[in-house]
Amino acid sequence: MSGKASEIPRAPGFTCATAVAISVVVSLALLAQPAPGQPPSGIVHPKNQRGMSLHELGEQLFAGNCASCHGSVGQGIENPRPNTGAGNTTGQGPDLRGVGAIAPDFYLRTGRMPLTSPGEKPERHAPFFNDREIRALTAYVASLGKGPPIPRPRPHGQSLSRGLDLFTDHCAGCHQVVGEGGYVTDTNVPVLDHATPREIAEAVRVGPYLMPSFSKRDITDHDLNAIVAYVRHSRHPTDAGGLGIGHIGPVPEGMVAWAVAGFVLVGVCAVLGSRLRKS
Amino acid sequence: MLRRAVGFLDERTGAAPFARKALRYLFPDHWAFLLGEVALYAFIVLVATGVYLTLFFEPNTATTTYHGSYAPLRGVEMTEAYKSVVDISFDVKAGLLIRQTHHWAADVFVAAIVLHLMRIFFTGAFRKPRELTYVIGVLMLLLTLPEGYLGYSLADDLLSGMGLAIGYAVALSIPVIGGNFALLLWGAPFPGDETFWSRMYIAHVFVFPILIGTLLAVHLALVASRHHTQFGRRGRQSERQVLGVPTFPGQTPRSLGLFFAVAATLFLMGGLIQINPVWLWGPYHVGESTNGAQPDWYLGWLIGALRLVPDFDVVIGDRTLVPNPFWGGALFPMVVFAALFAWPWLERRVSGDRRAHNVLDRPRDAPWRTAIGAGFLTWVFLIFFAGAADRIYVFLGISYISQIWAYRALVIVAPFAVLLVTRKVCLALQRAEAIEAEQEEAEHEAERAAAEPAVTSRG
Amino acid sequence: MGFIGRAFLRLLHALSKAFAVLIALLHTVRPRRRQRIVAEGEPSPRWELAVIALLVGAACFAVMFIVIYAADWRRQTQLLGLAIGGAFALLATALIIASKQLVVSEELEEEYPEVGDPAEQLNVTQIVTETGSRMTRKRFLKGAAGAAGAALGAALIVPAASIGPVLDTESLYYSPWRRGRRLVDEEGRPYRATDISNTTFYTAYPENVDHEVLAAPIVVVRVVPDRLDLPPGRDDWAPEGILAYSKVCTHAGCAVSEYRKPLFPPTSPQPAFVCPCHYSTFDPATGGSVIYGPAGRNLPQLPLMIDDAGDLRAAGDFSGPVGPSFWGVRS
Repeated sequence: MSGKASEIPRAPGFTCATAVAISVVVSLALLAQPAPGQPPSGIVHPKNQRGMSLHELGEQLFAGNCASCHGSVGQGIENPRPNTGAGNTTGQGPDLRGVGAIAPDFYLRTGRMPLTSPGEKPERHAPFFNDREIRALTAYVASLGKGPPIPRPRPHGQSLSRGLDLFTDHCAGCHQVVGEGGYVTDTNVPVLDHATPREIAEAVRVGPYLMPSFSKRDITDHDLNAIVAYVRHSRHPTDAGGLGIGHIGPVPEGMVAWAVAGFVLVGVCAVLGSRLRKS
Repeated sequence: MLRRAVGFLDERTGAAPFARKALRYLFPDHWAFLLGEVALYAFIVLVATGVYLTLFFEPNTATTTYHGSYAPLRGVEMTEAYKSVVDISFDVKAGLLIRQTHHWAADVFVAAIVLHLMRIFFTGAFRKPRELTYVIGVLMLLLTLPEGYLGYSLADDLLSGMGLAIGYAVALSIPVIGGNFALLLWGAPFPGDETFWSRMYIAHVFVFPILIGTLLAVHLALVASRHHTQFGRRGRQSERQVLGVPTFPGQTPRSLGLFFAVAATLFLMGGLIQINPVWLWGPYHVGESTNGAQPDWYLGWLIGALRLVPDFDVVIGDRTLVPNPFWGGALFPMVVFAALFAWPWLERRVSGDRRAHNVLDRPRDAPWRTAIGAGFLTWVFLIFFAGAADRIYVFLGISYISQIWAYRALVIVAPFAVLLVTRKVCLALQRAEAIEAEQEEAEHEAERAAAEPAVTSRG
Repeated sequence: MGFIGRAFLRLLHALSKAFAVLIALLHTVRPRRRQRIVAEGEPSPRWELAVIALLVGAACFAVMFIVIYAADWRRQTQLLGLAIGGAFALLATALIIASKQLVVSEELEEEYPEVGDPAEQLNVTQIVTETGSRMTRKRFLKGAAGAAGAALGAALIVPAASIGPVLDTESLYYSPWRRGRRLVDEEGRPYRATDISNTTFYTAYPENVDHEVLAAPIVVVRVVPDRLDLPPGRDDWAPEGILAYSKVCTHAGCAVSEYRKPLFPPTSPQPAFVCPCHYSTFDPATGGSVIYGPAGRNLPQLPLMIDDAGDLRAAGDFSGPVGPSFWGVRS
């Protein structure tokens, strides 16, 4: 036999495994939702804001960023029609007359507005406007009709057990009992870690997007304070048992059981036993 | 001294010959053979921590008010059962450590059994004369699932209470006898009658542990009686000769070391990583639920199945014959376990191999078995992952509805794809080895020829 | 006496000396050793030290556990876990090192047991058959014994039926709702029709009934009346558009605690109840019909009426059995 060293064929398993891995990553990427963004024309910030009064600023901001969907005087647009102003959004949006200051303050401070397109799901985002602009826009929208003011929740000293009771009754089905977020058919429900007391109170009263809205009859101010206190507490729940690993129960627990115990204990077995050696 | 002690015992029990045999019983040496021991040691930790917990748990659904040290529950009405678990967690010293260790041990116990089962399957250790050992093992796996389910349901928290409702629905969904069966177990329509909780308790702390313990003893006795299987190495290991490490002194420190490693891992997890923080969930009420509720991992395959089955009840007119949860919650696990139980005989039938085997196959040496096993596992794993699709959505943003459709397609297609690919891989590995062996042969031949003095050339 | 006597004495002396030497020799010669069973191994003093250190370390950790238990420090669970886990880990390491370095590694061979002992199998079979050879009516005896065994077995198992109402499934249809029963909230306060806004959902219970009955909790919503499209016969079930449905999902029994209420309907999914377990989605406007998810049966609807005081009351019982479906249940 000649001395030529023939190559040992590479097991197709290797290339197969890589192909599988690549296709998994690609399909995950394809299935992922596009991230929300600014209006296609971009946020319009009027020049020379310092020189403007709050009302003027609010008017200009509204005209440049909101009127395409909410109408030139905030009357709302029920049936979508092409925008006549800047950008090419087909305008469609609710009537803002009478929503007061509470709704615009919530949506703007949590970056849920403006949307890129009317059908987009509002999601939490860094605010698109600075504080003065938000106050201006809020004041402007509030001036369109009489509506509820920005709430001032007082969560201090409230009963956490009352908060847990109320939160479980009204909120946990969507938001998960310690606010870790969840799913409702066709939309996700946000995690509550970043919500400030004001935002929590606003969301409860406004009922943004698909969330039910609770008036003072449904949840009194006193009860709302308890809910706010509970939500704030649940940002850092009592982790007497150690690492919280997500506070949603068995899914991360199962992963930890397999990863930690699996690695560690199979590793110990590997140290103890011999490998299959060819003698 | 030692001699006297041994003498004392032997004269009164006659145990010396048995002890001598046992001390020198040979264990074939391979890391994968230790997985069953990991399960065994997890079981021991479970029993030890479980006994401790029975001293503090109150299996009683009478209503009471909480006045313990966890503030958000003070003044809240709850059952005695839930209260006792919160007390164990906050007001019994070392209570939370033992409780969490117990729960981690349960998760790890089932994981170890599954790994062990996979090893047994892919190496063909279930073949004659070990079919009985294998069946007992699968039976133990089957028993651990309700045992764990009952264990975490005893706490009567919001998450496990929702799980009990789902279990009730699956029992109800069995055609013809479902209503009777569910009422038999619960004593009354959900949430059950006053004795239900103490029945769960007795089942969990006594009936199931005794069953599992007895089966375990028989399983170990059978393993020793038929002797451990081994991988075949060229030379010393064969169908007749077992090569291994004696129980004493070689295997004992290893096994003991593994036991303490398992105990160490479980207690470290029990102290450092939180599991099932029932005080966060609150007590269970029929009219309440929370998002993100899931069963413990070893039942995740069932919630996946429940979510994947499309929305239909089998009806005639307006009468329901087969409610929806039956397919995913009852039929699916029955099929999986039936397949597991029947496999040794299925394989015998199809392969025609009825010989006894003491030497194991490497997975590549049995391409069909490995491929079918891999395909089957893929099927079950995909359904298992589907169970967490909503958390994947929350975490990664991939649409839940799209995921469900994707999984529905994958669970049909992927097992076959994996089967074909695995078979190819096994055959390719075999071929590669054969080529390598030929090469080595040739090289040895060449060496031998070179070493020999003046070879007379043949005509 | 004389010469012979002295010679004899000298002989005796010599003999006793020789004897003494012999005894001494016997003492110094070791007893013949038994053959070794366990192979010999080289000692490893360094590893011995390591194992001793680890064992002492494990002891220290175990003592720490006791100390921590007795004390009242914060993070007790974590400290206790570290202590006992550490003790076990060190002990495990000591044993693993011992297994590799302190005890001898032997690799021995022995024969596998025979698969089955045909001779003894024959003996066992023979014992049984020879016993049976005395009987003339074997088949009948076997049949009778089988019948006795089966019947006795059944008789012994039957009392288990006392665990639950096995034969009577009527209780699955039980509901505490009756015509005229008032709707109350979790605290027992009655719901008035004016309490029900159309922007959220409410959980209600029958007055003076245990809340933990499966058919007790209901969800109440208000829908614009001209959106209603209820099944036939339910025209008066929703006064002012106020609807009530069982809160227990017909799929697997979880509480249907999610409600989608669109702020701007033209761009959002329609209003619906959703169950957080497997996401069965029910449409309140069309009688609780399933619009997504694995549920196969509509959510049972409770007819409502508004009494003279403006309180909400049930106008009858549910449209169907509450809770998960079962064999024979009518949709």
